[in-house]
Amino acid sequence: MERVVVRMQDPDQGVKMRSQRLLITVIPHAVTGSDVVEWLIQKYCISEEEALHLGVLLVRHGYLYALREPRSPGLQLDETLYRFQEHYDQLHRKINHTWDLVVMQAREQLRAAKQRRKGDRLVIACQEQTYWLVNRPPPGVPSVLEQGPERGSCMARRVQMIECCTKALGRIRVKSSVCLEAYLKFSSQHGPHDPIMSGCLPSNPWITDDDTYWAMNAPNVAAPTKLRVERWGFSFRELLEDPVGRAHFMDFLRKEFSAENLSFWEACEELRHGGQAQIPTLVDSVYQQFLAPGAARWVNIDSQTMERTLEGLRQPHRYVLDEAQLHIYMLMKKGVREQCTHRGLQAPLSMSRSEELRSQGKPPPATLIFPPCSGKGRGPVLLP
Amino acid sequence: MCDQTFLVNVFGSCDKCFKQRALRPVFKKSQQLSYCSTCVEIESPAGLRESPVSSLSRVWLRAWPWQQVDCGLVLPVHQVAERVEALGQFVMKTRRTLKGHGNKVLCMDWCKDKRRIVSSSQDGKVIVWDSFTTNKEHAVTMPCTWVMACAYAPSGCAIACGGLDNKCSVYPLTFDKNESMAAKKKSVAMHTNYLSACSFTNSDMQILTASGDGTCALWDVESGQLLQSFHGHGADVLCLDLAPSETGNTFVSGGCDKKSMVWDMRSGQCVQAFETHESDVNSVRYYPSGDAFASGSDDATCRLYDLRADREVAIYSKESIIFGASSVDFSLSGRLLFAGYNDYTINVWDVLKGARVSILFGHENRVSTLRVSPDGTAFCSGSWDHTLRGTAWKGALGNGHRSTQLLRGQVPQCVHGTPELHSQNIPDRSSSPSYGIPYLSPTDPFLPLHRKVKLYVGEAEHIFSA
Repeated sequence: MERVVVRMQDPDQGVKMRSQRLLITVIPHAVTGSDVVEWLIQKYCISEEEALHLGVLLVRHGYLYALREPRSPGLQLDETLYRFQEHYDQLHRKINHTWDLVVMQAREQLRAAKQRRKGDRLVIACQEQTYWLVNRPPPGVPSVLEQGPERGSCMARRVQMIECCTKALGRIRVKSSVCLEAYLKFSSQHGPHDPIMSGCLPSNPWITDDDTYWAMNAPNVAAPTKLRVERWGFSFRELLEDPVGRAHFMDFLRKEFSAENLSFWEACEELRHGGQAQIPTLVDSVYQQFLAPGAARWVNIDSQTMERTLEGLRQPHRYVLDEAQLHIYMLMKKGVREQCTHRGLQAPLSMSRSEELRSQGKPPPATLIFPPCSGKGRGPVLLP
Repeated sequence: MCDQTFLVNVFGSCDKCFKQRALRPVFKKSQQLSYCSTCVEIESPAGLRESPVSSLSRVWLRAWPWQQVDCGLVLPVHQVAERVEALGQFVMKTRRTLKGHGNKVLCMDWCKDKRRIVSSSQDGKVIVWDSFTTNKEHAVTMPCTWVMACAYAPSGCAIACGGLDNKCSVYPLTFDKNESMAAKKKSVAMHTNYLSACSFTNSDMQILTASGDGTCALWDVESGQLLQSFHGHGADVLCLDLAPSETGNTFVSGGCDKKSMVWDMRSGQCVQAFETHESDVNSVRYYPSGDAFASGSDDATCRLYDLRADREVAIYSKESIIFGASSVDFSLSGRLLFAGYNDYTINVWDVLKGARVSILFGHENRVSTLRVSPDGTAFCSGSWDHTLRGTAWKGALGNGHRSTQLLRGQVPQCVHGTPELHSQNIPDRSSSPSYGIPYLSPTDPFLPLHRKVKLYVGEAEHIFSA
């Protein structure tokens, strides 16, 4: 803030100072509120409202004070006069050690003040009042000087910094242009799903007070909307995160007779995020169900991972099944990617229904079907 | 195009300082030079902004003069900025004002059902609201003041909060009138200094906390056992956020040592660290894809860090913003970054262009917390003026036609309202749905804080019609 105020006081580029007339007294080195706002707009290329807001903040913090009663903490746009003042905070710190000198000087000044010109006296009075307004705000008024609880200071840890830097040197980095492409792609892909960018049908509940949108997109709704189904195609994670998507995927896997993969993955997730006390029992049940040779729902993991997992099972901990889980996850992901294509089938029977819904402004629900696995292996398709 | 992230294997004498160093290619006014890494860092704010920009974008920038003042664009974002369509003008309005806290609101969190929120304040009260109807559903009084952290459990059945009591307590939510929530309180985390942030991981069973003692910790809720602790920050840790990744094993934290660090939850090690801020990092939030995160700091800037490129890729700052950013969050698609500042405003940044899209007024004291709802339909901001405001927007924002309209030399208004607003006297706060924003007008004295419940709904209009 000091920076802004100092700039403002710069004789060449700062705010225009003039001698202002206040009734019959003339006060030099004052500025009007409108000058300040204009200067802010020009200097920082902001709008009038923002400049006004900034000006008000400057006044509240005591950097500008008004030269007339009543002392309101707004920034008047008309003829009120303002002056810049030193932040008394720092002043106090600077002169603290010479307090006696200050007291003596104050006494002298008081004597001299009686002989001062009216203009000066008025200015000094205003200056003082503003100082007290800032530092001892009247009850009910929030203090601008208030900060949160004290924060600790920084202790430089050189050894850790060195460690961090050495690790950083060894990391493989991706070109930032590639990363930015990724953002572009992500934003454009998800743009239609973002209520800010593309609005939401039928309406944003916060604006129309109508929560149909939420009812339609409830976690376990029977008929998911087309947008929602589209999202499943973005990444495997989106499919699994959506309860409806996951249910559909489970059905699909059941038909393929590989449902135990998803069940295993779900059990591993439960282990990772579950309570500490349940770990031994969970691990045991997972082993019995999925990993033991001859188990009812045996999952197909490669031998190396299986060996390592079985080793780790002797001392079960939260992350003991991580490797196996990752393996199964990648397997499912690859399988889905190979088979999943989203194609809109124009079923004539459902056309009229979707037209009807569109005219009402509601997005048509989509039905996702996973066709039985034929030789070509076509994956889930969208029915509008 | 200049790319500074390759590990170089070219040695020679730097074109600027003439020392024998590892060199990187740098473009300055279409000329390729070789600078050592120190000189690149020195040059980056000034010189690299003049790197080859297509003539089209230069024209575009000139027609939109205030864009040039949005300085601090680190080169990488500049590269894509040209190819992205400009966002149109839009005006957001406050849809809900939640009054009920007796003191500063410090933290809030959304429930997964997209309408409930939990908020905590300086006087120790933690309130669960149904923000759609603005009803208070539960209220708990903590035995300490300055409750700086609160979180909603993924199942919606519990909340966690903590603050100056150095602990994180979990309260199961019950609608039974006979039970008091305080009776079922579970004290989970124990730190040696204040709790600054907490968050549930993917389930109700684990909680991640950040504290003023410089550490983060992962706790088991049921037993209160410490599962993992994360040491590495040199000062108070102020914020944390969990990564939305497939394997879901990392989180990022920001602290008073100006660093943001990415941690592996399993091993407790710091995976990456970023130290480019000039002051305390108040808030960190992951980009929706999980490949990057944004941080807001007391140095009045927000920065975007990419995890795969391992560097800062964008700075969101403006000379006229001189107060620190206390809280940041992304929109659902990651195109917009909402940041709440200590100068009582909320700035909306275009993530890909690095420019500010809009500024929102309305709060009467600093904005302490800001979160976008889980489905992206609205965002809620809590402030030291004792209120929470839910803000939403109407219509669609992304529209390529708008950019051509702007090129014709019009000066779109970045802010609320119309020019006539300033010539009016005090805007009527209690009515007029068309001007729903309480703005500190020139004639307003300090307003006494009203405690009445006020609900005002406004309409958002497009400045340019689609």
